Amino acid sequence: MSDWIAIAMLDEIPTMGARKLQTETQEIAVFRTGNDEVFALRDRCPHRGGPLSQGIVHGDTVSCPLHNWKIDLQSGEVQGPDDGCVNTYAVKVDEGVVYLNLAQAESAA
Amino acid sequence: MSKQKLILIGNGMAGIRTVEELLKLEPEMYEITVFGAEPHPNYNRIMLSPVLAGEKTIDDIVLNSRDWYAEKGISLHTGDPVVEIDRISRQVKTASGNTLSYDRLLLATGSNPFIIPVPGHELPGVVGFRDIRDVEMMLESARQHKKAVVIGGGLLGLEAANGLMKNGMDVTVVHLMDILMERQLDKPAAELLKASLAESGMNFLMQAETAEILGDDRVRGVRFKDGSEIEADLVVMAVGIRPNTELAQQAGLHCERGVVVNDTLQTFDPRIYAVGECVQHRNSCYGLVAPLFEQAKVCANHLAMLGYGRYEGSVTSTKLKVTGIDLFSAGEFNEGEGDETLVLQDPAQGIYKKLVIKDNRIKGAVMYGDTMDGTWYFQLLREETDISGFRNTILFGQHDLGDAGHGDETRVAMLSDDAEICGCNGVCKGDIVNAITSKGLFTLDEVRTHTKASASCGSCTGLVESLLASTVGEGYAAAPSKKAVCACTEHSHDEVIQAIRTAPLKSMRDLFDYLNWKTPDGCSSCRPALNYYLLANWPGEYQDDAQSRFINERAHGNIQKDGTYSVVPRMFGGLCTANDLRSIADVADKYQVPEMKVTGGQRIDLFGVKKEQLPSMWKDLTAAGFVSGHAYGKAMRTVKTCAGKTWCRFGTQNSTGLGVQLEELTWGSWMPHKFKLAVSGCPRNCAEATIKDFGVVCVDSGYELHIGGNGGIKVRVTDLLCKVETEAEVVEYCGAFTQLYREEAHYLERTAPWVERVSLGYVKQRILEDEAGRKALFERFQYGQQFAQIDPWRARAEGAEAHEFTPLSINRMRVAS
Repeated sequence: MSDWIAIAMLDEIPTMGARKLQTETQEIAVFRTGNDEVFALRDRCPHRGGPLSQGIVHGDTVSCPLHNWKIDLQSGEVQGPDDGCVNTYAVKVDEGVVYLNLAQAESAA
Repeated sequence: MSKQKLILIGNGMAGIRTVEELLKLEPEMYEITVFGAEPHPNYNRIMLSPVLAGEKTIDDIVLNSRDWYAEKGISLHTGDPVVEIDRISRQVKTASGNTLSYDRLLLATGSNPFIIPVPGHELPGVVGFRDIRDVEMMLESARQHKKAVVIGGGLLGLEAANGLMKNGMDVTVVHLMDILMERQLDKPAAELLKASLAESGMNFLMQAETAEILGDDRVRGVRFKDGSEIEADLVVMAVGIRPNTELAQQAGLHCERGVVVNDTLQTFDPRIYAVGECVQHRNSCYGLVAPLFEQAKVCANHLAMLGYGRYEGSVTSTKLKVTGIDLFSAGEFNEGEGDETLVLQDPAQGIYKKLVIKDNRIKGAVMYGDTMDGTWYFQLLREETDISGFRNTILFGQHDLGDAGHGDETRVAMLSDDAEICGCNGVCKGDIVNAITSKGLFTLDEVRTHTKASASCGSCTGLVESLLASTVGEGYAAAPSKKAVCACTEHSHDEVIQAIRTAPLKSMRDLFDYLNWKTPDGCSSCRPALNYYLLANWPGEYQDDAQSRFINERAHGNIQKDGTYSVVPRMFGGLCTANDLRSIADVADKYQVPEMKVTGGQRIDLFGVKKEQLPSMWKDLTAAGFVSGHAYGKAMRTVKTCAGKTWCRFGTQNSTGLGVQLEELTWGSWMPHKFKLAVSGCPRNCAEATIKDFGVVCVDSGYELHIGGNGGIKVRVTDLLCKVETEAEVVEYCGAFTQLYREEAHYLERTAPWVERVSLGYVKQRILEDEAGRKALFERFQYGQQFAQIDPWRARAEGAEAHEFTPLSINRMRVAS
């Protein structure tokens, strides 16, 4: 059985925005950039646990809504002089459907 | 394609700063080679004085170690200077005979100390004060000899004299003029300085012109024009610097006093750029660091082929780095015709402050003894702020303007390392000084990014700037007078607003394209600002962009630290009925609200609501007749009222009713920042109308209108705008003032700093004197309100933006397919 799970239509995620995905065990932020690229990160800023899905998305970056830490959506790494890292998950878009692969966590915090 | 070759001649502060700025913009564009005449990596030349004085070591002042060059892939050649530039074959030749070709060349050859060509000037024991070698030579002399003469009583000369004195020498300063540091000080300040230095043991010979340096195999004295002589084992020439143009001249580049460059820092050969002390720009040569850094930024912009930076010259300020002496000067400090001066003199305490003013704007400043407010005056000078509103107290300093934050204890230099500077982020003095020295920081922005100090509420900005100034010397790069909106652009807020109106621009995409935004879709700083400007200027046409709003405005509630939201229903004028309270109580029960409180603006706040619950909660509140309280937005918040004439024995007018009327007029309006109103029924002012953005105090004969107040970080009491006689006038003036603020203030600028920036006089002219203008402003406000007074809660309760409030779930698509 494939590990890819369909989670949303691409159109259901606002451009330069995000949706929160609730699984049984955790919350995942699914982002869509201005270029229609999709990324999935754990919905928790390494600083004070802010919900990243509520931040402003610009370029390949999201700014945490609580204290404006900037997190790179590709790598999950905190940018600039701050330090930290967020778990990322494999996502893909196929014919307008967004798939998530929970088995393939791409980095461990 | 292989990389282009960039050669930098001169391994000093200006050249390396340019390279650093370039690497930030285009890390991969060039293969970079740096030639330095000195055998050291790049160091902070400004800090040579503290090294001489034994307060710092040479290692302390190194800015970029050799590892830095290696890490950035830059090849560094020290001690093998370039001796020739061949512009035709685009090559440079070094002293050891190497040749290297370039695509672009950057000259940063700095300057040489001017050595007066009197007989004997080449004797051993005669030095300039320019580089590490000079300092080493002076320290060496101090160990073996006793008497030093410093020729030149300017900034550098006095710092050298102080350093030599600290090393045990008997020092005499010889100066041609009758006042010290005549380029930075006026006579009274110079006298205070001289007295203080004399007290510490420095000797002075004023109005003395050097005729000859005496000696055979080493200097032994100095003879003056009048025939008198003085003994000396060491002579330091600190009479000025000359731009080092030798290479440029030899290569046939146009030079006058310095290498002549245009506003893009290009020499007459477009492949050759020049920055720093070797440069002459618009007839000025600079010997201070701040202008060099401004040049570096512009030059890097052009080397990176971005092509939009312009250097338009600098206004400079000076501080003397002699421990125990506080001295500051900036701008034109000697009054000319038509100028006015403000002077504060306290000889007993050794304090002198002078401001030169023209048309209520600061032209220049000299301060001695108490320089705490130097950075503030310098900022007012550069921003050409109208000071008429606080002219009476300006000499007493910024804290006298009602800065409740730090007041007198702001003598940063005296604070201990564990003193907290930034209360928001808990950053201590030691952390900041450490970051500045270990990471080589020069600007306020750099300190903000690395330490978070002054990055939140900003009330400690002045302290951090003072720390920067005292740590890196006067060379710290003060914030430029024209502030860009953010790092995505060079344009200022005013330029963006202007472009939106005149271009005209009606969408974010048009704006990014028209103003050449550097990032594809902005950042979390500029997007909310741009969204506001577009909305405020084109209320009927611009489509609000939810993704450019901060989460509170997108979710129409305040996000709390645990990710839940708080909900504040609007209660016009703070009035409510038993039924209203019952409805709110029912909602609180139904959604199990964990905590409620009454807010400072006389509303009820329901805390701890999950985002998913918001739309249905709003549906219930809407059904009970409530609309959004906008407690979460850069928006009109509340109108606070007092008990009012119906009940209060002191009340005049229908103050509570007027409060309701003003709230009905203004609710829903988006603003540059939050905006609060109040109406008090008598001068006892129970509604605290005089610390609101717009406050009304009812009196028996009419209504006093007050503007530009706020509580918060820095309490500011309102200015009285005027007194009017009818409620209709209150409403019109309120709408017009609100609209003026909405159209002209910068995003995130509250009315208090805005009124201070544009001046009360300006607001009065627009609202009081220009009657037609006032009516037009009021009409534009009413027009915009048609689109703004659509309750966002009702819309979302009815299904708008549903995706914002509904999480995705793993199983959802399975069921659907």
